[in-house]
Amino acid sequence: MATIEPLDNLFQFHQNALNLRAFRQQLLASNIANADTPGYKARDIDFAAALRDITASRTASTVSLRATNGRHLGGSTRDEPAAVLYRSPQQPSIDGNTVEMDVERSRFAENALHYDANLTFLNSQIKLMLAALQG
Amino acid sequence: MSMLNIFEIASSAMTAQSQRLNVVSSNLANADSVTSSNGKPYRAKQVVFSELAFGGATGSGVKVIGVIEDSSPGRQVYDPKHPLADAQGYVAMPNVSVVDEMVNMIAAARSYQNNVEIMNTAKTLMLKTLALGQ
Repeated sequence: MATIEPLDNLFQFHQNALNLRAFRQQLLASNIANADTPGYKARDIDFAAALRDITASRTASTVSLRATNGRHLGGSTRDEPAAVLYRSPQQPSIDGNTVEMDVERSRFAENALHYDANLTFLNSQIKLMLAALQG
Repeated sequence: MSMLNIFEIASSAMTAQSQRLNVVSSNLANADSVTSSNGKPYRAKQVVFSELAFGGATGSGVKVIGVIEDSSPGRQVYDPKHPLADAQGYVAMPNVSVVDEMVNMIAAARSYQNNVEIMNTAKTLMLKTLALGQ
């Protein structure tokens, strides 16, 4: 729908960022949940690179699967929003666990704060748009 | 919504940690149980944690894959007056290390608290998301 597109573009960046933050929050939660699991390796994403990736693929949105037949499926190119990396630990445990609680907790708090900040930005953009609509 | 997974992850960890706390309390309660239903002294039990992958999701929870019995030898206490003392006057006591169990208890309680806070944070964020644009 052409009329929706400017509005969509306005919110797209924050939507992508929020999705990534939620995904990362989930990874950090599972790191903290598995703090006592032998052999568990802590995971995280490179947020800046992932967001750059998503924003770039958004602007180059002409790249898509070619459907030469009406029954071809569109399909998406990736099922995860970002590449999941393993954290390199400073002090790994002897049981093979690489979760460092201080690191994970600070990342978790930082990520929650960023998520919150993103919501605030998005909220003010919505308010701005409403003000423009209502005059 | 992917944030909902955090509740599953944190609650699985809380279940696992509370199970660990249960085992710790059983060990501490039986630290001096010289006999049990099979006639032998009580043996300390330990839980084994394992990563629990949810279908399709990237995050993973925790599950207890088993409760093992500690194989370390029990204490031998010299007490010839004891009804269960052997010919040399020694009583076989459980192999529960009270200090280890106290440390285990504190670790389990801290991990549980961590997961409660994760859940609270996720809940706050989701409520804020729901209030978006209001």
